[in-house]
Amino acid sequence: MAADTTTLVSLVEEFVSGLQDNKARDIATAVKDGKFTVLQLVEALGHSLTSSQPHTRARGVQLLSDVLQECYANLTEKEVTVLISFYENRLKDHYVVTPPVLHGLRALTKCTALPSGSAVSMLRSLFQDVHVQSLMLAERSCVYNMLINLMETRESELKGLGADFVFGFVQSMDGERDPRNLLLAFQIAKSIIHRGYDLGKFTEELFEVTSCYFPIDFTPPPSDPHGITKDELIQALRAVLTGTPKFAEFLLPLLIEKLDSDVQSAKLDSLQTLTSCVSQYEHKDLAEFLEGLWVSLRREVFQTPSEKIESAGLTALTALTSCLSRSVLNSESEDTLSTFLDLVLKDCKHHLCEPDLKLVWPSTKLLQAACGASNRASHIITAAVMPSLIEQYNNRTQCSHRRTLLEVIQRFIQSVKSSQPSESEETVFGAFRQSLCGIVFSALSETNSSLQIVATSVLTSLAQQAGLLLDSDVELAVDHLTRLLLTEEDDRVSLAVVECAGSLAELHPTVFITKLIPRLKTEIFAEPMEQDNNNREASELHSHHAMRQRCLSALAAISTQPSVVHESTPVILEVLSSAHTGSVIFTVEEVVLACHSLQRIAEHVEDTEESGQCFHGVVIPRMLSLALQAALQGEGSTGCHSPLAEEKVLTAMVPVISTSCSRLQPMLAAQTASKAVSLFLDADVSFLPNNSFPANIHLLKAHNVFQKQHEGSWTQSQMVCLLIGCVCSLPRNVEVPQIDHLLSQLEDMSCTCGHLLSYTSAAKCFAALVNKRSQGDSLDTVIQRTMKRVCGELDSTSSPVRLQAFTLMVWVAKALLLRYHPLSTTMTDKLFSLLDDAELGLMAAEGFSLLMSDSDDVLNRASHADVRIMYRQRFFSENSAKLVEGFNAAPQEKKANYLKALSNIVNKLPKEVQVTELPALLSLLLEALSCSDQGVQLSTLSCLEPVLIDPPPALIQQLEALVSRLLVLIGSSAMNVRIAALRCIRALSGFPAHEILPFRARVLRALAQPLDDKKRLVRSEAVQARGEWFLLGSPGGR
Amino acid sequence: MSAGSRLENANPVIFQRSGERLLTASEEDEDVHDPIDDREIFDLIRSINDPEHPLSLEELNVVEQVRVKVNDAESTVSVEFTPTIPHCSMATLIGLSIKTDVHITPGTHASEEAVNKQLADKERVAAALENSSLLEVVNQCLSTRKI
Repeated sequence: MAADTTTLVSLVEEFVSGLQDNKARDIATAVKDGKFTVLQLVEALGHSLTSSQPHTRARGVQLLSDVLQECYANLTEKEVTVLISFYENRLKDHYVVTPPVLHGLRALTKCTALPSGSAVSMLRSLFQDVHVQSLMLAERSCVYNMLINLMETRESELKGLGADFVFGFVQSMDGERDPRNLLLAFQIAKSIIHRGYDLGKFTEELFEVTSCYFPIDFTPPPSDPHGITKDELIQALRAVLTGTPKFAEFLLPLLIEKLDSDVQSAKLDSLQTLTSCVSQYEHKDLAEFLEGLWVSLRREVFQTPSEKIESAGLTALTALTSCLSRSVLNSESEDTLSTFLDLVLKDCKHHLCEPDLKLVWPSTKLLQAACGASNRASHIITAAVMPSLIEQYNNRTQCSHRRTLLEVIQRFIQSVKSSQPSESEETVFGAFRQSLCGIVFSALSETNSSLQIVATSVLTSLAQQAGLLLDSDVELAVDHLTRLLLTEEDDRVSLAVVECAGSLAELHPTVFITKLIPRLKTEIFAEPMEQDNNNREASELHSHHAMRQRCLSALAAISTQPSVVHESTPVILEVLSSAHTGSVIFTVEEVVLACHSLQRIAEHVEDTEESGQCFHGVVIPRMLSLALQAALQGEGSTGCHSPLAEEKVLTAMVPVISTSCSRLQPMLAAQTASKAVSLFLDADVSFLPNNSFPANIHLLKAHNVFQKQHEGSWTQSQMVCLLIGCVCSLPRNVEVPQIDHLLSQLEDMSCTCGHLLSYTSAAKCFAALVNKRSQGDSLDTVIQRTMKRVCGELDSTSSPVRLQAFTLMVWVAKALLLRYHPLSTTMTDKLFSLLDDAELGLMAAEGFSLLMSDSDDVLNRASHADVRIMYRQRFFSENSAKLVEGFNAAPQEKKANYLKALSNIVNKLPKEVQVTELPALLSLLLEALSCSDQGVQLSTLSCLEPVLIDPPPALIQQLEALVSRLLVLIGSSAMNVRIAALRCIRALSGFPAHEILPFRARVLRALAQPLDDKKRLVRSEAVQARGEWFLLGSPGGR
Repeated sequence: MSAGSRLENANPVIFQRSGERLLTASEEDEDVHDPIDDREIFDLIRSINDPEHPLSLEELNVVEQVRVKVNDAESTVSVEFTPTIPHCSMATLIGLSIKTDVHITPGTHASEEAVNKQLADKERVAAALENSSLLEVVNQCLSTRKI
């Protein structure tokens, strides 16, 4: 024990006189381990604590505080009491002693054994003896932390201090300048307000001491280690200022004053603060400032050039109005909401009568912001504005006026949508239903297309008002829409009509089933009228085709409800089958459109049992059956071709099947897949409707390249693309039956077939299945077998199926790359080596673009493929070195292939990666710019342009080389290259001004030439680029 | 632009913007020479900003395509512009921002002749553009609007 004491004394000695700070840690560990008690430490310190030298005393207290910092948790209540009274006493000591005392006190505030009453006494002496703002930054933060700790644990005791606590805090933070401490101070102020401390007569003081920082203007120093942002401070201060209605009388005048400022950020902050404060307020807090607030808000929305401020102003108005609407009215107080809205209406309503002047829109927006705030507000405002809008619409004759008025009306209807009334109340527009419908229908009957377009969107918004339109209105609307669909030639109008029909059909499916679908059906199947005049006939045919097109897209748009789909898909299927049999003549384009419509339906219909049944049970078997019939027919006779044997139609059918397999009812999709597999492998036609097929079906037996080709011999083999739809987009947990057999058949076909669509489809299908196959030996065997076969074909330069083997390899490489399969590198390495190939080199370069881009039919996320995140970055970082190496080693005439491959890869990388990887590749890219191949130039320029918008430093160093190469390219003979080069030069003007100013004169001179280019598109790019460069460095420019 | 009272014309009539020029097949054809026409020049000046509103000259109907005359063969361009109000003090500034052969549409400005004369005088135009505060406003008119 005696030995212990002497060690302790020597440790203390070393700390106090020897100034060795690490001894504090040793002592603290010893105290924690129970070797010494705090009492022993104090006894050992005795001498230094009573020394006549303030610095020695400070050092002594520091040691004690440092130890307490570590082991405050182990102190007993008695020890704490003694320590607190010691520390309180020390606060009166010399100023050099104060910092360690504060650190000690802070440690004690974290102590759980704090006796009751000690918090109060600690704070009393703190507020009494210390002037916080004359302390250093760390000590001020120490004081704030003490307050925060005590407020956490001793809330009731502190509240006992009453307003003195608030006063003490106000005094402590008054004049604080450091952002770190301000965040702490704001946090305390927020707790004071939110936890209901008594502000007493110090409300205004607390407000003053915090609001003097509003609006916050703070730019963190560059490389700020504390990472405090302006936004953090703004949010913290806003939480204080908007925390209590007691501040209302001070805050609102302040906001009005700051809104008047010229600084945009101050305006924005004021508007946002206003929005957030009114959520706490009641109408009586606001009453006296309403007029001032309104004047400021109106001024901002009427005049600001900034959309941000406008929308902040509108949000504030909505918040203000909903605050006023919330308040409970009693008999004596006046209705502040209606007084306020009167004010708004008085200033805005008359602008609505001038539909061609600028202020009509700001006024509309303001009124709508108020209108959308509450149900009562929307009743008041619509009652005031709608009659006059309707009357004006009926009186005005100019189309542009009417259109503006209609747009205004549409905005009003939309703004009310957000505040749905409860069941019992009348809808806001109930009183105007009839006249609004009248307006819409009359506008739909006008000839002005923009008026018609606006009318359709008004109709949509009206329909979305629950319970507003009567059935008779909807029927009339459908009549109008049908008429427009059948007769209107303008694309924009028919697009709007189709969209409107789509949203109406979702709400009122029955009307569309009974009225629109039968009508469209008759029109689609009507033969174009016979005409004598040939010219006339051509235009007739054209308009007939356009009409069919509109009808088909309308059928697709309205089919979102399963009940509608049930009626609309048979119509489209009938189009396909009549096109096949030739009973009604449809062009190939029309059949393709029909397939697109089916695809759209499959994409948008609700995934229910009914819709799944419809697609898997009816649509897909029917399509397969028709395609098969067409294929067999095409094979037999060379003369008559069914449009369904056309490649275009088949490729349009694929997404219909694959979308339904990936989206609708996995159970049914699995059945579809297994039926399709048995159709393709075993020629099992039992599930197809009208299954009277001949026996010579052999869909996966390719005619190989050696056999004599005759027209129509591919009609069966190309059907393999439909197999893609059936088996490649299934969810990954659905098993494909007979997969090994299927894979080997597909491999055979893709390596032997001589028909482009057939072998590409087979390769895609194979790849997609490989991508989803679970990891294991069987997968590896398949890959290795394929690999061997493909490499064999590729290595023999005389092989007739090199192209086929190459295609299969690229697709399989993609499939493996996407899932990070270890064997993918062998594939991609092979691809790299092919860049030198005389025959396939260019295709290999293009192959990289296929590897890196998303393909739209297979191997994407929509078809549930196994796609790992960031596979592109991974591929790039693993292979960029190979590419550079290969480029350097390649013979001159093959270098272009490498550059093309590079730009194909870099083009598809996310921009962040491009920027970080650019320095390594820059020299290669610059080389690519001076390469003579225009394709390489173009793709390099297109991959440079986005990078130039936010230039990495590496690029700035190469500015000279970049500028001179770009300036050469603006004289290129290809206009696309000239345009792309000019765009890059324009993007260069956004570089830091001091870097590019030296080039200004040279660039301006060079840009004079393309200003007089013979192509208009080049000239307009040149004008823009030169404009930007001209403004560079001149007053008012950049 | 914070106080409304400072604007000479706070609530001007707004006109619809014309859409982008439609791309024709011949414009994409490498071998065809596209002549400079009225619309092309109009496209160059329609997006110039008004000195006091966040609106373009087209939206204020200060410039119109019919008032732009181009003769590619003789290499002449003539532009007439219409001030929004007859006493518009910004007329000369707008003229400077367009800066070709510019005239005010006859009968639309109080001091039409004086403005036309100023704009036609090369030396006065050059002198005006040496005034840096004037140049600053002109450049602001010319900057593409960023939102």
